[in-house]
Parts: sequence; structure tokens; C-alpha cells
Amino acid sequence: MLQVWKSFYARSDPAKAYSLLSPALILVTLAMLIPLGLMLSFSFFTQTSFTEIDYSFTITRYIDFFQSNLLVSLLIKSVKISFIVTFVTLLTAYPVCYYIAFYVKKNKMLWLVLLTLPFWTSYLLRVFSWKIILGTKGVINSSLINAGLLSEPLTFLMYSETAVIITLTHAWAAFALLPLYVSLDKIDFSLIEAARDLGLSRLETFWKITLPLSLPGIIGAILIIFIPTVGDYVTPALLGGTDGRMLSNMIQAYFGKVNNLPLGAASATIMLITVAIVTIVVSYTTKKLTQRIS
Amino acid sequence: MNDSFIQINGISKHFGNVKAVDDVSFQIKEGEFFSLLGPSGCGKTTLLRLLAGFEYPTSGNLLLDGSDITALPPDKRPTNMVFQNYAIFPHINVEKNVQFGLRKLGLTNDEIIKRVKDVLSLVKLEGYEERYSSQLSGGQRQRVALARALVRQPKVLLLDEPLGALDKKLRDEMQLELRTLQKEIGITFVFVTHDQQEAISMSDRVAVMSEGKIQQMSSPNELYKNPQNIFVSDFIGETNFLRAKTASKDGEYINVNIEDLGSFKIKNNLNISENASDVICSVRPETMMIDREKSDWDICLEGKIRQTSYLGEMTKFYVETKEIEKIITVSSQYFDNQSFQDGKCFISINLNDISLLNKK
Repeated sequence: MLQVWKSFYARSDPAKAYSLLSPALILVTLAMLIPLGLMLSFSFFTQTSFTEIDYSFTITRYIDFFQSNLLVSLLIKSVKISFIVTFVTLLTAYPVCYYIAFYVKKNKMLWLVLLTLPFWTSYLLRVFSWKIILGTKGVINSSLINAGLLSEPLTFLMYSETAVIITLTHAWAAFALLPLYVSLDKIDFSLIEAARDLGLSRLETFWKITLPLSLPGIIGAILIIFIPTVGDYVTPALLGGTDGRMLSNMIQAYFGKVNNLPLGAASATIMLITVAIVTIVVSYTTKKLTQRIS
Repeated sequence: MNDSFIQINGISKHFGNVKAVDDVSFQIKEGEFFSLLGPSGCGKTTLLRLLAGFEYPTSGNLLLDGSDITALPPDKRPTNMVFQNYAIFPHINVEKNVQFGLRKLGLTNDEIIKRVKDVLSLVKLEGYEERYSSQLSGGQRQRVALARALVRQPKVLLLDEPLGALDKKLRDEMQLELRTLQKEIGITFVFVTHDQQEAISMSDRVAVMSEGKIQQMSSPNELYKNPQNIFVSDFIGETNFLRAKTASKDGEYINVNIEDLGSFKIKNNLNISENASDVICSVRPETMMIDREKSDWDICLEGKIRQTSYLGEMTKFYVETKEIEKIITVSSQYFDNQSFQDGKCFISINLNDISLLNKK
């Protein structure tokens, strides 16, 4: 019997593939698929009282979501904040990666490691340190007041959308660096020289050659930043105040204090679908756009 | 034709402490096929990149067709380059690659289409317009790179070892084609290579470079037959070196004492001074004769064959002689590796075939 199994295993590639995949498959099933299924099914139930749930199928929770001005505006705000964060991160990370990829000759890895150095501390600690920097008596406000440039502290810095954007941008910058660097480093510098040789200025060369060729890295960076930040909960909870609150904070409330599991589940599902749609649209339009440029 | 179409005046390029190009001055004629030849690290590619505008000289200036281009960026120079790895843009097809350099020339659409069509037929790439770089062979990529540069009708075409990545058969073919093409369109070519056979077979003139300096600049024939120094003699083709001392001059000739062989009267092309203790005699392997019997040539030595390499069209013999300490290389088209079973042979040299060189 054992012999039969052994020879079957040796000849069957699918058997080898599944046995290698099985640890990950088990983990994904237990930790992802089952909770996701539970959440989906909860979104079709009804909370009847504080402790009781009506388990009959209904799509009323989804209608509730779209009839609530608060929830819809929070969803839009989440997406907006995430887009701004993604854009600012790209704008700051891209030139750094460009420099390392094309102008740093030795110890490129060291540069990258040094750039990720701040990210070796915990996310929570970094969020708290922004509190110290941005607060009413924080580093920025007190130094501006001491320098006589301000009489009142800038209030928009703290407990606001601005605070959330600044903190998230800083928190996720390192994740944008790597895909951008890899895609830029892969570009053969003689392609850039060739474009210059063929009469293009530096800027034109960037638009026609460097940018399109680094597109895989840009799409990677956009997705890597957009997907986690749209659902970020810690930063808006600690630094957002009322102005910077995002949908995830509301979802947390539904599962906690408010105790409306079905509406929370429906909100989370809608968020999931939104992320999926944005991801597809972003990758598709970026591809189309560069095809037109080149 | 303008004899000083490209003027390179005292050009130096230093990278830190390294003098990649060291105070070089020469001129290239209009319509000439000019090669820069040398081993890797000799500065030939740096010199080409200086002409293209990818590097700027530490000192000196460059003139092209009478105007100073020293400080012009690459996009403002009337030169175009064929890169060593071809640098075909991978995200656009062949046609768009070739069109790429035309957008800035202010041509009408019809002119662009005509030029692209003409140049693709010139390099025999009709029908490949829609292909991408990844779908082309090495030879085809090379043609695309050539077409892309030529379509702009540059005053000078710069070629950076464009044949290096091709296999031998294709390389020989492309050498001939490039040469024909250059004569046909009449554009000045500056060609960088480390392959001496390539430089000699294609060029009107060759500049041999080493350590950032020009060692000799002349026609291929001159380079092979009258090398100016040991470096050139060694780099171009193959040769045997024998140490020697000079004695008294005698008109165009000079008396030379060749180590281990005795005194001979040799033509003094380089005008080497009398009583120099440090000169070198160079004898090319194919100028000597190898035979089973003694000959009546100026010098005839008995030897023993230590090693042979059969090359098809000729055979190289590595011969040890009683007189000379070094192994002498002789090549022959008449005898091969099976001709001397016992290894005994005679090698003969004519004094006319010995060239006298300064050691430095």
C-alpha cells in the first residue's frame, strides 16, 4: 500500500503541489475563509434587540447602509484619505528610489535599509510620536509660537484629517519604497541614454521611458498602500478626532458599543467590495494611461 | 570632403584618480569609417560617450563640422548612437522605436512614415514593424538599433561594440553589411571595438588606444605592417618579439644586434637612434617559412616543434630553437599538424620582415 502511494506521489505533480500548499491552505481556510463567510452571512441577518439576532435572510442592512448619510460619507472619506495618502507617498518615495536606483553606485542595500529604519519600531509607537509632534503643545506648534510666528497653536494639525494623512503617509512610505526601487533598478540606464540621444529632453525621457517602465512598481506601491490604509483603524482612532474619522472606526463601533453586528458586517463587506473595485480600476486605467503616453 | 569634420582638441576625462581619457587630440574626416580600438578599460568607450554627450570632458573641447559641441547635451547634438546592448525600448514595437527619434525633428506625418519605411528597408527589416524587442533575435535587434539611429540622418553615427553580442558567423556578415551601408549612405561612422580583426577589416582609419592615450592612428594596412610601438604590434595580429641593441646607422638602415642571433642590417622605419640598448624586433608568424629542409633565406634556424594548433585554413607551429630562448610562433598554409612527424623543422626569416620598435 505504502509502495503504491509512494510511486503515485512521485509521479503526480498535483499531489506534490497540494502537499506543499497545504499548510498555507489550512491557515487561509481557518483564519480567512471561515471568518469571511461568517461575516458575509451576518450581513444578511437582523439585530432585533440588544442580545437577539433574527437569522432570516434579508438585504435590508445594505439598504440601511446606503440610506445612511453618515456611513456613505465615511466610506467616501476613507477612500479619499487613502487616495491622498497613496499619492503623497508615491510623490515622496519615487524620487528617493530614482536616486538610489540610478545614482547610488555602492551599498544600495544599505540605503534601503537605512530608509526603513524608522519602521523597525511598532506602528502604535509611531502613531503616538506623531501625537507629540502635531499636538497643540507639540513640537511644531510650540516651536512656531516660540519663534514668534504664531500666537495661537494651529488646530488643524491635530485630531483632524490632516493628522491622519500625515501619519498614514509616514507609516506606509517604506512599503512603497521597495516595489518602486525594484522596478526602477531593473530599468537599463542605456534606455534612458538612448532616449536622450534620440532628441528627448530629461523631462520627456522621464514621461516616455522611465515612468512607463517603472509602472509595475507604481501599481504595486499604489495597491500596497491603498488597500491597508483605506481600512486603517488605529490612526484615525488616535489622531483623527471627529473630523478624521474613517469607516473602520464606525465598523468597530457596530461590533462593539453600538452592538449591531449585521450592520457592521454589511459595512465591512461594502468596504471590501469598494477596495476590490478601486484596485481593478486603478490597475486598468494606469495600464491604459501609459499605453497612451508611449 | 572636410578633413577635420570632428576635431578632438586636448580632451581629458578623469573619473576620480583614473584618467580614462588622457589629453587626446585628433581629427576625423567627413564620411570616414573611423574605429577606436583597444583593450577594455583603454578609454575608447569613454571617448565615444564624450562624443555622444553622455559624459562631459574634464578639459579640452570638441568641434563637429566647425561648431563647438563640448557643452551640448545629447539631445542637442547631431550625433546618434548604436548601443552595445542595443537599448531597444521594450514597451513599444519596432516601428515606434524607429519613429521615436523623429518626433522632435518637426517632420510631417507623411515624411515620418516615408523615412521609417525607407530605413527599415535599408536594414532589411520590412515586415517586422509590429514586433517587440523580446520577439527579435540578436541580429534583428542590432538592425533596429541601427535603423533607429540612422532614421534621424545624423552627421555622425557612433557605434559602441555593436557586434559584440552576435555569434561569429552573423558578426562576419554584419561587418560586411555595415561597411557597405556606410559607403552607401556616406555618414561618418565612429566605431568602438576591442576586436582588432573587426577594426582592421571595416575601417578607413583606426586609432589604437591604451591607457587613455592614442598609441597609433593610421590605415589598417599601415597599422599591421608598420606598428609604431610594441603595444600596437602586440595588439594587432600576432607577433614574435626578440630583444635587440642598435649599433651604427647606415642611411635608411641600421645595424642591429639581435639577442642570440647576431648582427643584421635592418630598415629603420621609426628612425631609432644609434647605440640604443633597449629595442625590440617584431616578426609576424606568417612572414616566416617553416620547412623540412634548410633554406637560403637571410636567417635560417633549426628547430623542434613543441605544439601545433590546426586552424583549418592554416596551422600554427610553436617551435623551440637552439639559438632563441623563447618559443617562436610560425604559421603556414602548406604544412599542417601532420606534416612534421618527428618534430624536426627549419624556420626561415627575411630581414625585410623584421620591424624594429622602441621598447617604451
